[in-house]
Amino acid sequence: MTIVTVERKVLEKNDEIARRNRALFSSKNLFVINLVSSPGSGKTSILERTLEFFNRRVPVAVIEGDVQTDFDAQRIARYQTPVVQIVTNGGCHLDAKLVEDALGSLNLEGIRLLIIENVGNLVCPSNYDLGEAMKVVVASTTEGDDKPLKYPAMFQHASVLIVNKIDLLPYVNCNLEALKANALKINPALRVFETSCTTRSGIAAWCSWLESNLKP
Amino acid sequence: MHELSIAQNILEIVRQSVPEDELEDVRVIRLKVGTFSGVVAESLDFCVSAVVAGTSLSGAKLAIDHVPFRIRCQTCEREFTNDLGYVACPECGGVETTVVSGRELQVTEIELDDHQQGTP
Repeated sequence: MTIVTVERKVLEKNDEIARRNRALFSSKNLFVINLVSSPGSGKTSILERTLEFFNRRVPVAVIEGDVQTDFDAQRIARYQTPVVQIVTNGGCHLDAKLVEDALGSLNLEGIRLLIIENVGNLVCPSNYDLGEAMKVVVASTTEGDDKPLKYPAMFQHASVLIVNKIDLLPYVNCNLEALKANALKINPALRVFETSCTTRSGIAAWCSWLESNLKP
Repeated sequence: MHELSIAQNILEIVRQSVPEDELEDVRVIRLKVGTFSGVVAESLDFCVSAVVAGTSLSGAKLAIDHVPFRIRCQTCEREFTNDLGYVACPECGGVETTVVSGRELQVTEIELDDHQQGTP
């Protein structure tokens, strides 16, 4: 038996492209977030409220990732925001190459914030670095308070947790304090925001914090 | 569930690491898979067997070394294994911790049958 020692990361190709993306973002002074959650948590609604709040005062571009359709890109285009839709055709996550290709169709001139909305999936996107500055995970109250414990990897990799749909708390079986405590058990460094895209509660706090991260 | 594309990445690494005329001698592809690598070992095994079928790598099987999730507390300087993925220190409650292991997804070794000269 001959043994060949390899010691290579399986996702090394993705990581290499992610480094390239990160270098490009940095050369353009662009702050980039990777928005992740299960389907239906309200990622696109948070994006819409965020664009509405900035009201073109902060130039934002968006990359949308979905398994099928360009519904989300159509929603974002209404805000006169540059947007590219990636359709993964069954793929359960975005990878760095898909983002690199999408960047080719985005004019980033003057843009200060790029928001990448990942495919709705609380598992796979946690493994793929896209070159972003941080992952922002959304957990909505309708999903219950145990998701951070059931899907820890995503909460480990995220820097921010947005608890969305807080207006529905009286109607759903979700203890807000337990949800936050569960998330902080997994990742004590998480910064937590509570939002409702219907009442717009918490949107200003989230957007102001986001804006404070932008490069001058 | 992205084990199929992971399986393809693994085979690409094997093809880059072994000369083409020796691929059919590959018997074992050894991997390090962390608890929080995001892949299910059984699915990966199944996907690799599906992808190698009918190729020069059809004799290859995976051998998976599992790596537990371990954190090191910067406050009390102790290390803990925690398969639930909690990052806070279970002893002193410290939140300044570093992940020591458990996120690996790596090809470590490839084992080949020694080529017998003169045999087909």
